[in-house]
Amino acid sequence: MTTATASVATADEGNRIRWADFAPFIALAVIVLLGALINSNFTSSANLINVITRSAFIAIIAVGATFVISSGGLDLSVGSMMAFVTGIMIMVMNGLAPAYGGWAIVMGAGVAICVGALCGLFNGLIITVGRIEPFIVTLGTMGIFRAFITFMTDGGSLPIDRSLREAYRPVYFGNFLGIPYPVLITLVVVLLGAFILYRTKYGRRLVSSGSNSEVARFSGVNVGRVRTIAYVIQGLCVAVAAICYVPRLGAATPTTGQLWELQVITAVVIGGTLLRGGKGRIWGSVAGALILEVIANVMVLSDMVSEYLVAAVQGAIIIIAMLAHRFTSNR
Amino acid sequence: MSMLTQKARMLASAVALSLALPLGAAVAQERDVTIAVSIPAATHGWTGGVVYHAEQAEKEIEAAFPNIDVVVSTASSATAQVSSLEDLSATRKLDALVILPFTSEELTGPVEQVKAKGTFITVVDRGLTDPSVQDLYVAGDNIAVGANTARWLADKLGNEGEIVVLRGIPTVIDDERIQGFSDVIAETKIKILDIQYANWNQDEAFTLMQDYLAKYPKIDAVWANDDDMLLGVIEAVDQAGRKDIKYALGGNGMKQVIEMVKEKNERTPISTPYPPSMIKSAIYMTAGQFAGQAPMRGSFKLDAPLITPENADQFYFPDSPF
Repeated sequence: MTTATASVATADEGNRIRWADFAPFIALAVIVLLGALINSNFTSSANLINVITRSAFIAIIAVGATFVISSGGLDLSVGSMMAFVTGIMIMVMNGLAPAYGGWAIVMGAGVAICVGALCGLFNGLIITVGRIEPFIVTLGTMGIFRAFITFMTDGGSLPIDRSLREAYRPVYFGNFLGIPYPVLITLVVVLLGAFILYRTKYGRRLVSSGSNSEVARFSGVNVGRVRTIAYVIQGLCVAVAAICYVPRLGAATPTTGQLWELQVITAVVIGGTLLRGGKGRIWGSVAGALILEVIANVMVLSDMVSEYLVAAVQGAIIIIAMLAHRFTSNR
Repeated sequence: MSMLTQKARMLASAVALSLALPLGAAVAQERDVTIAVSIPAATHGWTGGVVYHAEQAEKEIEAAFPNIDVVVSTASSATAQVSSLEDLSATRKLDALVILPFTSEELTGPVEQVKAKGTFITVVDRGLTDPSVQDLYVAGDNIAVGANTARWLADKLGNEGEIVVLRGIPTVIDDERIQGFSDVIAETKIKILDIQYANWNQDEAFTLMQDYLAKYPKIDAVWANDDDMLLGVIEAVDQAGRKDIKYALGGNGMKQVIEMVKEKNERTPISTPYPPSMIKSAIYMTAGQFAGQAPMRGSFKLDAPLITPENADQFYFPDSPF
């Protein structure tokens, strides 16, 4: 009798995990279906490509955030950091353009990667070595990075050199076999992220640090180092997002990346990663980023909602999606 | 030994220099009129422009009138602005205060207290809740920004067509521009297909315009009520390769857009000013009150004339961040 109950329970367990894994994709499918019913223009290939390309920034940053959050941390500075990295990158490119021409783009991108990693390292070290709550540390660096970009732009905008603009544009607007470059870059980042999180020793240590840091420490995991590296990965992802972002509008402004941190965290949580750590869902985070972008798109395409109430409907849809998620994962 | 003498010599020259400096200052006429300028910190394009023009005015006025001292102070929030007002008025006697208030309600009381000490008050852009506090009021005309653009557009489209509108952040400024615009459009046969918020943000404007383009197969013109947003709009239209959009207009007089006007861009041939340089007009007028005894009391509303290739130079500040 007891054994029977136990075996039923395990079978149930298996089912539960599977459902929870698919929940964000089911939610995405439902919203896409709704969009198609509301306005036939929604399914036009131009619109779909726009939406998927646009969600690349949040998706790329969300991959990094999945690492940070599943390690039990949080990073509120990603939006400001993106703006800061963008600013530095544009200044470097503009400075090198007269001497190196098109190569300035590649060198600028390299600098961006370094700056992003350093910003992440800075966050990570203060959190782990200084032993301060990640919420407070990244709230602080959020203000610092935002002030830096405002300072660099004098409150206005910092445009990229005209000679580089045309050469750099395809990184956002171009495509390979019909797939836009930002989407390809996102795919590479996601595959790399999934490999590191699910297939390496580091990934397992990261998740164990997030689910119970004491247990992880006793089993020989250097929790501080593991967490610091998670912030560095986040910084790298922010830099990659910045590299895709600059060619779109060709400028950094003090409002660049504003409130992106909230979108990123929302995408990660919708995707099934636990906000308290211990479970990471990379593909889910990508689905979350797509859900947010598709909802915004459907809102504009539908005529049902007053412009004053759009944000309320978006909020409600996110909450309903999460409730549905909870409902399916309890089955 | 020689090291020591060298040191002594350096010390002596330093002393001589420091003696000479105040002497030099005393020779110049003493600055006995203080004008304090309190403005929001540069957090976006427009306020960036305000800071730039305030600093330019400070330099120019101090050079032109040796007896006037201009002190510029920026604040990042209404509370910070109140504190900086207290600091400014506690440490010195202010002859005049030029203020662009963050919010009307919170700043009215503190400005009243500064006035009680006999300071001349100039209010810029956003009015205080009690207009009797101000001696001079300088502001732009947000309704005219919308209305003048709408009149020009209606004329060019021959009073018919279909347009889309991007609005900013829900505020009085945004409401007035939209009201001025839609009141004029209502008298024509032009149909406004859609109005949505894009929060005066380039990225959001780009995204919204992409969605507009997907939703409406034919759009005759687009109006973004701020030039920052217009840049995002233009990028989206160019990328989609849409040729049906005859006009893409903005407002505010951002330098990149003024450049397009100067180059006689066919899609963006005009803009309308709501210039951050109004702070400069206000500082100059306040200085006139003291330097030349030119009476400057009253309300002064800057018009929002169309910026065209002919007059674009007047509105073009290549060094300004905005």
